Amino acid sequence: MWVYEKKLEYPVKIKNPNPKLAKYIISQYGGPDGELAASLRYLSQRFSMPTNEAKGILNDIGTEELAHLEMIGTIVYQLTRGVPADVLERVGLGAYYTDHDHAVYPMSASGTPFTAAYIQSKGDPIADLHEDMAAEQKARATYENLINLTDDPDVIDPLRFLREREVVHFQRFGEALRIVQDKLAEKPFYVKKPDCMNPAYKR
Amino acid sequence: MNPNQAQLLKEVMAADFTLIDLNLYLNTHPYDQNAIMLFYNCAQRAKILRNEYERLYGPLTAQSTPYKCPWQWINSPWPWE
Repeated sequence: MWVYEKKLEYPVKIKNPNPKLAKYIISQYGGPDGELAASLRYLSQRFSMPTNEAKGILNDIGTEELAHLEMIGTIVYQLTRGVPADVLERVGLGAYYTDHDHAVYPMSASGTPFTAAYIQSKGDPIADLHEDMAAEQKARATYENLINLTDDPDVIDPLRFLREREVVHFQRFGEALRIVQDKLAEKPFYVKKPDCMNPAYKR
Repeated sequence: MNPNQAQLLKEVMAADFTLIDLNLYLNTHPYDQNAIMLFYNCAQRAKILRNEYERLYGPLTAQSTPYKCPWQWINSPWPWE
């Protein structure tokens, strides 16, 4: 289970609102390569991992992603705090304001609401860990795009931190993949029957 | 998981759940002095139970993992096993 801690993983303190930037950064909240998708992906995949190293890494990275989700939500909140409706409308957030006012809602930069279709949980640890490594690279690329769209150091600083975490996660997933591959390549002491031959699977 | 471990874990779960429920109540009743006292007492008890469980059976959080090689946090059983 989980326990909440009343702090961010890394500080976010943005002095100047910038709703146009918030419109882009919200993609890392509820977009295709965002933190919500990452967290749900890893926390769902961990159940079917074959080694304790892989269970641990998916459990704990999935948990850290929730902390990143909170950081992104904080950035979006601070970038839009107190911004009047007509300004939101001018930067392309009129539709957003209509449905969500100043709330934080999980969607992509283009306005697509969050969907679990962004993730897979395949039950095949090799397939899942490859997806996870790709997901970390896609998130890293997204953070780089966002940094390119920003000139505010208050925003760039936490985005750089989050980008670096993607790189670390990629590395750890690669190590977990190697451990899982080694385990699956071990010579079994007996021949495992396919599931269809196991009486327990028959009605 | 041996029966003693399962029993103590159940007590930790019960103690922690008491805190979860009191926490919610207090969020909407922040001036209820009696409930605050109850929360405090239950928190003490939960802490004692948790320390006892972790001493005997291993860490409940990564951050309370003891100085021991290999790293004990990833050991089975995980809660879903």
